[in-house]
Amino acid sequence: MSPSEVRFINIMKTSMHKSRVACKPNKPIFSGLSRDVFDHKNKSDYIKKFRKGLNRELVEYISKDKNEPDWMLALRLRSFDYFNTLPLPEFGPELYSLKFDEICFFAKAADKKGGFKTWEDVPKEIKYTFERLGIPEAERKVLAGVGAQYESEAIYHSIEKELSDKGVIFTDLDIALHKYAELVKKYFMKCVPPNDHKFAALHGAVWSGGTFLYIPKGVKVEKPLQSYFRMNAMNMGQFEHTLIIIEDGAEGHYIEGCSAPKYGSHALHAGCVEIFVGKNAKFRYSSVENWSRDTYNLNTKRAIIEENSVIEWVGGNMGSGVMMLYPCSILKGDGSKADHLGIAFANEGQIQHTGAKVFHIGKNTSSHVVMKSISKGGGISVYRGLLHVAKTAENAIAQVECDALILDHISASDTIPDIKVDNETATVNHEARVGRLNEEDIFYLTSRGIPEDQAEAMIVNGFINPVVRELPLEYAVEMNRLIEMEMENSVG
Amino acid sequence: MLEIFNLHASVDGKAVLHGVDLVINEGEIHALMGPNGSGKSTLSNVIMGHPKYTVTKGDILFNGNSILNLKPDMRALLGIFLAFQYPKEISGVTLEEFLLSAYKAHQKHLHPDKPPVLVFRFKKMLSDIMKEFNMDEKLATRYLNHGFSGGEKKKSEILQMAVLKPKIAIMDETDSGLDVDALKNVCDGIIKLHKESHGNMSAIIVTHYHTILKYIEPTHVHVLKNGRIIKSGGKEFARKLCDTGYQNI
Repeated sequence: MSPSEVRFINIMKTSMHKSRVACKPNKPIFSGLSRDVFDHKNKSDYIKKFRKGLNRELVEYISKDKNEPDWMLALRLRSFDYFNTLPLPEFGPELYSLKFDEICFFAKAADKKGGFKTWEDVPKEIKYTFERLGIPEAERKVLAGVGAQYESEAIYHSIEKELSDKGVIFTDLDIALHKYAELVKKYFMKCVPPNDHKFAALHGAVWSGGTFLYIPKGVKVEKPLQSYFRMNAMNMGQFEHTLIIIEDGAEGHYIEGCSAPKYGSHALHAGCVEIFVGKNAKFRYSSVENWSRDTYNLNTKRAIIEENSVIEWVGGNMGSGVMMLYPCSILKGDGSKADHLGIAFANEGQIQHTGAKVFHIGKNTSSHVVMKSISKGGGISVYRGLLHVAKTAENAIAQVECDALILDHISASDTIPDIKVDNETATVNHEARVGRLNEEDIFYLTSRGIPEDQAEAMIVNGFINPVVRELPLEYAVEMNRLIEMEMENSVG
Repeated sequence: MLEIFNLHASVDGKAVLHGVDLVINEGEIHALMGPNGSGKSTLSNVIMGHPKYTVTKGDILFNGNSILNLKPDMRALLGIFLAFQYPKEISGVTLEEFLLSAYKAHQKHLHPDKPPVLVFRFKKMLSDIMKEFNMDEKLATRYLNHGFSGGEKKKSEILQMAVLKPKIAIMDETDSGLDVDALKNVCDGIIKLHKESHGNMSAIIVTHYHTILKYIEPTHVHVLKNGRIIKSGGKEFARKLCDTGYQNI
């Protein structure tokens, strides 16, 4: 297919949907979130025991500290070699200001192998942090299981007994490495190999903590499971690994959240998410990333989808100073399908490079990408997408829709689609649209007594509604609250 | 209630109003007529506080106080309502969500100590009002004016007015783009609201045509031309205008 056959349509499709009225008689779980909750810093004296910077000894130390099998140490060391030889990415935001020597790559705040059994056992300060973030409450009310990580280690994981009886595993990956050794060995970094890029290599060398989710054949987990990753100390680096295996005919929904306080000094997050979706299965991965603006968020997320299965990515990217995040779907099986829904909010001093990568390999595969970006206060938001239809992918259907909303005259947005089609039967469609916040719309809303900042937030929330409504109600509330916080003290 | 003195206003550096004087008392219905470009819509927008327009001279008082320094939302909270000629379409925000926010803002202004209205109470109230005005209740859950027909948009404006219960409503060419049935329907709504306020609500009916005056009988009529009111009169004048049109004035 020649580029001319790729249609560029400048129309945003909107459709009518049931929408929720934002307020409920009972106070929703995440409605009380404030800047203070995210910016609260706990004491971090423990950090003195750990050094900054990265070398071979540290890689060996991490592996030894975790009492890992030889193959994992070998993988770490191999990754470390790749890290030293691979260059920084040649595209995207400038990364040379990221000083690896100033980052603490491994630190434990609560030295407890395997985490704590109950929230009561979790040290008070850490427990309080997660309580303010609404995690234990969400666990009680809406989730089938929850995981919590603080600095480099997971401190708590739980799963409903009913599910564990059915063979569902939801635990800390450090534990899984020992307890479910064969499974982890079979899948770990097989979807994202350590030599994929410099930050995958870094991740392979220093990964710590994270989540292992295994849903066995035919088991459908209806309630979502959630993990929350929190960085606390200054100059921290977090490298949690999320390994998800969905067997044939299984279904599930997993949510990730993350945040860190702001110090005005660099932090680094280079997590990795690997998802293996078997045949006739369905999995949804949602995430709300809200790192502090100190953070370089250079994250790799990828899924391999087998026959007639579906992967859905729903992502909200609010925080970070510099972000590079392009969730990737490899549509390997015939009839497999990927949906990518994403929001990126670039505020003052933020560079958000987000997007999606989709590889169509199997026959009759389809993908749909909807990415919404908002730029404000000088923020830069860039959609970068890669779409590749392989020779083997007969009758592939791919659609990409990018909508950008720019709230003032100092912010910017860009769309960089990379489309490669090697099979003539493919139908590929890319639409991009850029809009500015309209004075007439604001006047209309304010003329009804709604204050200007609220009117702006309303328009922004309306803009992202098609993505937010895909989240469970509580998380939609959280997302709207985060947007509201970005809209406060509007400079636009 | 609303007093406009020697009002001069410009938009994009171009002077549009050249000294408008208008006094509207409680319960009065004023028709403001005039050809295209006479400044009717400018006057409506200036009263509501559209940021695009600049008042260069004169004043607008509401209950004795100048409102020129107030933002549109504050003017709305005082009880001024503008029914738009072209209501905006806001995607992703439902009519009921939007009205709930507006209603809450009004309640907070009127009764700062009371807790906000409960959502289900508000929904009940909205549904009652919609029934009363023969409106399809499905409109409430649709995105604000998004894909509404011309008639539905004007009805949505009347609904907003019914919920917010203004002291003075400015109907900016509400009749434009409506067929006779839709126009009658919308006018019935305005009359109903006027009655419900025990005749206390004031209104400014801004129009290009005199047809609307067959359905709503104004107490006063003004003809605006080149940014000035060139002639005013009472009911008799309105009837005369209905017969002969205002072009000959």
